[in-house]
Amino acid sequence: MSLQFKVNGKAVQSNSEADTPLLWVIRDELGMTGTKFGCGAALCGACTVHVNGEAVRSCQTQVGNVAGSSVSTVEGLGGNHALQKAWIKHQVPQCGYCQSGQLMSAAALLSHNKNPSDSDIDAAMAGNLCRCGTYTRIRAAVKDAASMMRAA
Amino acid sequence: MMSTETNRRDFLKTTSITTSGLIMGVVLPGTVRETMAAGTLHTPNAWVHIADDNSITLISARSEMGQGVYTSMPMLIAEELNVDVTKVTVAAAPPGAQYANAFLGAMITGGSTSVREGWEKLRVAGAQVREMLVGAAAAEWGVAPSAVKAENGILTGPGGKKATYGQMAEAASKQPVPEKPAIKDAKDFRVVGKRIPRTDVPAKVNGTAQFGIDVKLPGMVYASLEQSPVIGGKVKSVDSAAAKAMPGVVDVVQIPDGVAVVANSYWGAVKARRALKIEWDLGAGASLNSAAMLQTSMDAAQNGKVIAVQPAKGDAKGAIGSAAKVLNATYITPLQSHSPLEPMNFTAHVTAGKALLIGPTQFQQGAQGATAAALGIKPEDVDVQTTFLGGGFGRRIELDFVVQAAQISKAVKLPVKLVWSREDDMTHDFYRPLGLNQLSAGLDASGNLTGLHFKLTSQSITQRAFGLPKDTLDPFMVEYGVTPYNIANTQHDLVIHDAGLRVGYWRGVSHNMNAFANESFIDELALAAGKDPVDFRMAMLEGKPRHQAVLKDVVEKSGYRKGAAKGRALGVALMDGYDTVLAVVAEISLGADGEVRVHKVTTSTDLGMVVNPEIVEQQIQSSIIMGMGTALKHSITVDGGRVQQTNFNTYPLVRTNETPEVVISLIKSSEKPGGIGEPYTAAIVPALANAVAKLTGKRVRQLPMTGKAIQEA
Repeated sequence: MSLQFKVNGKAVQSNSEADTPLLWVIRDELGMTGTKFGCGAALCGACTVHVNGEAVRSCQTQVGNVAGSSVSTVEGLGGNHALQKAWIKHQVPQCGYCQSGQLMSAAALLSHNKNPSDSDIDAAMAGNLCRCGTYTRIRAAVKDAASMMRAA
Repeated sequence: MMSTETNRRDFLKTTSITTSGLIMGVVLPGTVRETMAAGTLHTPNAWVHIADDNSITLISARSEMGQGVYTSMPMLIAEELNVDVTKVTVAAAPPGAQYANAFLGAMITGGSTSVREGWEKLRVAGAQVREMLVGAAAAEWGVAPSAVKAENGILTGPGGKKATYGQMAEAASKQPVPEKPAIKDAKDFRVVGKRIPRTDVPAKVNGTAQFGIDVKLPGMVYASLEQSPVIGGKVKSVDSAAAKAMPGVVDVVQIPDGVAVVANSYWGAVKARRALKIEWDLGAGASLNSAAMLQTSMDAAQNGKVIAVQPAKGDAKGAIGSAAKVLNATYITPLQSHSPLEPMNFTAHVTAGKALLIGPTQFQQGAQGATAAALGIKPEDVDVQTTFLGGGFGRRIELDFVVQAAQISKAVKLPVKLVWSREDDMTHDFYRPLGLNQLSAGLDASGNLTGLHFKLTSQSITQRAFGLPKDTLDPFMVEYGVTPYNIANTQHDLVIHDAGLRVGYWRGVSHNMNAFANESFIDELALAAGKDPVDFRMAMLEGKPRHQAVLKDVVEKSGYRKGAAKGRALGVALMDGYDTVLAVVAEISLGADGEVRVHKVTTSTDLGMVVNPEIVEQQIQSSIIMGMGTALKHSITVDGGRVQQTNFNTYPLVRTNETPEVVISLIKSSEKPGGIGEPYTAAIVPALANAVAKLTGKRVRQLPMTGKAIQEA
């Protein structure tokens, strides 16, 4: 069996069983390890990716359900995304393990809300845990990225 | 169905982002070694590698687990080597005695020691290489070394002579190593003290940073390990037929810690693991529960062997006995799990008589030695390569998961990546121990503290992990056991008691229990004496200028004297630890749900000279958030020998919407640097307890201070 979908704009196929979490297909089969495994139960947000533009927890998303969909991962942010620039400017990461998921949740937020308030950020980001406690810097970086994107 | 917990309205397609397709971006460890083997890299000493093409690699003997050592360690070398830290490569050191941490006696990252231990050593190392480069250039150019300058990776001499460090590296590595090279006075620092951007940040925002879980070796298979539900239990029998028949399963192997399913994908291993039928001999631990752990600790406190923390001063019991007012209080600090976001994992490839280990560890020499012992091979035949650590907090000083990976690889004769699930990680931790602090004190008629008796009963990590002899003082149990307050009569006792669950070093270690107890108690005494908690502390700090300074500073910065807004309260705490002195004021209220809301945390810190203020501020913010979780939200409990919390739904970490404003004030100082990775995890806790007492009139002496605990106090 082979499932077809897109990752970061490129057509890919997976030979994994349909019930395999998208997370492990992305990481182990497609070899993109930016997306992280944290809890396996949609409780931490480390595995956040976008499916057809929606932020989802890839550890709880079966690959069989993304056939024909467009998936984007942290690698798909391209390296020069306003959020990535802001993350560097505000020196957000510490251990860095949760940051791919944080960035993808933030990217989903900014894609529809160009000027998020603190409570907008809370609503979008409260499901992303950071054991190093980088939340203050994440908040500042999201706002800064939003302002960069509005100016662009 | 796709499952998600993010708000629906936040789901919109991001179409503006283009990509170049699938980016692998993984830099495999070993690059430095390969270059060295090719003969293009020169190593004047253990800390600096310079290639002929002038690319410079600075070695970090400390593991990068978020605390910024891949920036602060190179900064110390660069201060004397005169190179731009943002333009060098930073690489992890292999295990080796030359990389041992003098504070801890082995190559360990922990104890907030990295900067303190490297402070002089790494600057000397940088200066040595600089002098060797200068010496080589002077010899080649036929000039005096004093006529050669080494700046920004370039050597210059009289008459326009010029060479890159790379061009002179080979000759430099043949120069004698200067024993006492000149190092700068603090006033001449050009790197130390600057907000140098972290070298690891770019890779951590584009997905290319390589953590242990990202390691891939050719022909590698994946393992998932079923361990006894009760820690310490053993496999009695296993029926692995069904698991072995599952697709992609390579083998099912038994190792001392359990049964490993090995498959050609991680998910395949996880699914097959569910098909295992194992009978366990659960062992003595099966009857353990939290209430019994507390009860045996109480019993030990009463009957156990007492170890003096320090010689008694005066007559504490006599002073308390004759006091006008006596206070007794018992504080209970529960078990905690480390729960770094990256679950335990390691990659191992064991071949005839040799082992390659790649992964996240805080203890390279331990990984090497423990694996060698487990496999019956020589330590020098075990190579350890350190990746980024997705959090450490003390958990990755332990070696269980490293040895397991090696044993599984040996059994299947293939490179193996062992990955624990979150449930494995939370239920098989080495937990922060239960702490029972019993305090009594006497106040005279004027409300002065005349005598204090401190007694801690808790478990020794150092006995288990490093073989500290029984009934000897474990210095890692009595951190901030003795406070800086001038008290005429004091007695400090320790009782070491094994409560039955394995324990480990957890960020802040015993500061966590002792600061909670001591700084809560001092507040209780102030209130009993009818004095302001800050004034009460300050009156006992004569001759302690650093403590006075941070307390005074935090009072000013927090607006403590103005008091909190209506419905809020301020709580204060003072602490020292890791050669750092600090004070903190927390401003809280109670939410409609009865849970504590932390609005603002004001800190004043004297950690001596600061190497990188940005990283120091990160660590203060980080440890406050982590400490808040232990103060207000989560703990580990045990029933039937099983840890009852299994994932983040039952072990709820602090979230972004619960994050307070953190105000940071650093005291200018010319003292040697202190540690800053850990102290605030402990110091924030009593500040919150004191704020809760002020706000509600209720003193909570057992953590965590959930809404329910406050209501029932």
